[in-house]
Amino acid sequence: MLTLLSNVLIDGMAYGMVLFIIAVGLTVTLGLMRFVNLAHGAFAMIGGYAAALLTREAQWSFWLALPVALVATAALGALLEAVVLRHLYRRSELEQVLFTIGLAFFLIAATNALAGPQVQLIVLPPLLAQPVDLGFRTLPAQRLLVIAAGLVVAAAAAWIVARTRFGIWLRAAVDHPDTAATLGIPIRTVQCASFAVGAALAGLGGVLGAELMPLEPYYALKYLVLVLVVVAVGGMGSLVGSLAAALALGTVETASKYLASDWGSLFFFLAMALLLAWRPNGLLRR
Amino acid sequence: MNEGTTTSPASATQPLAQPATARPSPADAVAPRVAPPWRSALVVLAIGAAAWWALPEQLGLLTRIAIAALFVLSLDLVVGIAGLPTLGHAALFGAGAYAAAIFALRVHADPLLGLAVGVGAGALLAVLSGLFLVRYQGFTFLMLTVAVAQIVASLAQKARDWTGADDGLTGFTMQPLLGRFAFDLEGRTAALYAVAALAVGLYVARRIADSPFGLAVRGIHENRARMAALGTPVRRRLIAMYTLAGALAGAAGALSAQTNAIVGLDSLSFALSAEALVMLILGGAGRLYGALVGAAVFTLLHHTAASINPYHWLFVVGGVLMAVVIVPPDRAWAWLRRRLGGRT
Amino acid sequence: MAAAPARGPDVNAPVLETRALDKRFGGLHVTRQVSLALQAGERVALIGPNGAGKTTLVHQLSGVLAPTSGQVLLDGADVTRRSQAWRVRSGLARTFQITTLAPHLPVQRQVELALFEREGLTGRAWRSIDAYPAIAAEARELLARLGLAEHAGWATERLAYGEQRLVEIALALALKPRVLLLDEPMAGVPQGEGDRLLAALDALPAELAVVIIEHDMDLVFRFARRIVVLAEGAVLADGAPDAIRRDPRVREAYLGH
Repeated sequence: MLTLLSNVLIDGMAYGMVLFIIAVGLTVTLGLMRFVNLAHGAFAMIGGYAAALLTREAQWSFWLALPVALVATAALGALLEAVVLRHLYRRSELEQVLFTIGLAFFLIAATNALAGPQVQLIVLPPLLAQPVDLGFRTLPAQRLLVIAAGLVVAAAAAWIVARTRFGIWLRAAVDHPDTAATLGIPIRTVQCASFAVGAALAGLGGVLGAELMPLEPYYALKYLVLVLVVVAVGGMGSLVGSLAAALALGTVETASKYLASDWGSLFFFLAMALLLAWRPNGLLRR
Repeated sequence: MNEGTTTSPASATQPLAQPATARPSPADAVAPRVAPPWRSALVVLAIGAAAWWALPEQLGLLTRIAIAALFVLSLDLVVGIAGLPTLGHAALFGAGAYAAAIFALRVHADPLLGLAVGVGAGALLAVLSGLFLVRYQGFTFLMLTVAVAQIVASLAQKARDWTGADDGLTGFTMQPLLGRFAFDLEGRTAALYAVAALAVGLYVARRIADSPFGLAVRGIHENRARMAALGTPVRRRLIAMYTLAGALAGAAGALSAQTNAIVGLDSLSFALSAEALVMLILGGAGRLYGALVGAAVFTLLHHTAASINPYHWLFVVGGVLMAVVIVPPDRAWAWLRRRLGGRT
Repeated sequence: MAAAPARGPDVNAPVLETRALDKRFGGLHVTRQVSLALQAGERVALIGPNGAGKTTLVHQLSGVLAPTSGQVLLDGADVTRRSQAWRVRSGLARTFQITTLAPHLPVQRQVELALFEREGLTGRAWRSIDAYPAIAAEARELLARLGLAEHAGWATERLAYGEQRLVEIALALALKPRVLLLDEPMAGVPQGEGDRLLAALDALPAELAVVIIEHDMDLVFRFARRIVVLAEGAVLADGAPDAIRRDPRVREAYLGH
């Protein structure tokens, strides 16, 4: 019983961390640029694919492939933002929805054309495949990495937002978009950089979560709903909210997979609906 | 999403574009009158009947287009007219589909009765979920519609004895329509049945949209505070519109169940909701005929591109969607309307 | 005013009354024990420095905000718990400081909408909006009275700002209210466009009780027979324009206005 509970908690936390890491980019984009980017899932997919191809086909070490994949995803994100997406910031939400779904379709088709429809596997280093003995129980190292990565991302994001100039710019741009520009804050740089970082983080999530969310061309849209849910429940633009929401919902989903698998995702969405009905503007906002 | 901002052009009574500083012409002194509701229904009937007669090989496709059009039409009432962004509309479609199928299987396989059951099921689910949903707005509302739809889908999967779950619900054969027209293998009856249902649905939707109720709902969409200041019971009106839309969506679902003789869990899926929304935005939200155009164009696009390559068709669709946002169809339609001298 | 139990419309009761109306937002005390009474046909101006809580008070009168304590009465009936829609149907109408119109609806349609709402017809989902000639005629007449007839077919977002403010008043009048709350009708109206608004205000029905929030003192003294001065959420002074003009506390509150 205790083993089951700890399994649920550990796996739930890991799943939640993956969702959180992917959601960071989306919640910042929604909160900062007020831009509905339904192609966000594609960044997670691209990051995962890059890591898979580098480790499997090019036989690179995972520890080298990972940062390269993230940089590549960030570059792609920055390119898309600067060339295409920034022109849509002033368009209506429905138009943003339409365009980004089209973009997601396009990227799905491109992924299939380039890499085929089969599931992509990332070759993990032996270090990560080993179990780690924590004393009270042993865990696969991969789970530990995921949870640790989530904590690092959360801590880094908190530090950047609270302590760096970029963070101040970011907060100003989110809270007071009109005055921020007049204050000399380089809005375009902030927008592009945040978008790129968000894309890279999504890629990281795609790599870390490849076991739970298999990498195949439809990935771009298949798990988007889950990420949207985390953003909605956590509150648009709220990083702490996303973390809390992701961990809570990730645990609920994992628990229901273990204990009530024939009910599908019912409890996930029920929990989501209840949380959202209770706090419509996000977990931390009244 | 921005709470309270309007979505794409919402009013069928929107006048033609004019510069604000122009001298008002005599035409501007009078508000535009709405067209009679049977006109667009008649056009749809005529086009549908012509297609039915001229393309006997494509009747399955015609049926699919008609059903999609009815579904997207119901979505337009919610998104385009009421301004409620929803990604859970498939729940209402699926409710109608399963209700009609279960009715045919266990009670009576008459198509029109089954259609009525589907209408009722869609309306019932809409009013129940609407009572909860209309307390929220914007992005929150959108995500809650997703939640409701996914909960319904999970319940359908669990209730395997009733719905057949992943295997789908089959084993029912529809009786002849009106006692005379059997559902043949070529789909002749099915196609005309679907087109006729679409025409009736469009007539009903038109009447609703052009009524004082429809005008009030449009007003709520454009400015809720203004309508509240006029004394409108905002939530009640929105729930009513959502229920009417649910009835039409349920009808579309019932048609799908009856003409395909099978209902699967995909009729409740998020993908279906998203697809319908894409069709609506493609054709232009808020004018009802945009829903039909979007459904037809998207279904045809999917059909032609997919028959070439099931995976590469997404290139075409993705490209079209992106192109349509860069060059908005609204401007093209506005231009077309100006040329034809009026609106439907 | 002697506190009488609410027993429904009472011909001797003030048409609009507040009793010790109080509102707090957490630590912020925005409305302090405001007690006012308005008779039919009165023209009252509500003035005060920025942040005095004028709009907040109007929100509580119209039902947009619920007070923390105190009462709002319409014709002697307690409406404090009643919704905005209820108060509108009971004869209370308001305009907004920032123009609140449906941007894409043509002007005439919007006025017709107000009329449909007044007549309780917005529940009708079958007959066409063009099948109500009486409504259309009344809308046209109202627009003509306010000088908006030429713009009947224009979408409201394309009107000049002054004309949009006129539409706000038209919508309020369409509801045939007994009390009208005007929240800064002249706000943001450019110099040349104010005359028609002033004419509309002059032509308001005599039996209508009007509360007007304004900063434009010329308009206030031209229009109001009674002035209520609000400062920091409380009523500072309440009386005839001349008395208010001479009141030193008022001058002090305005700091040189």
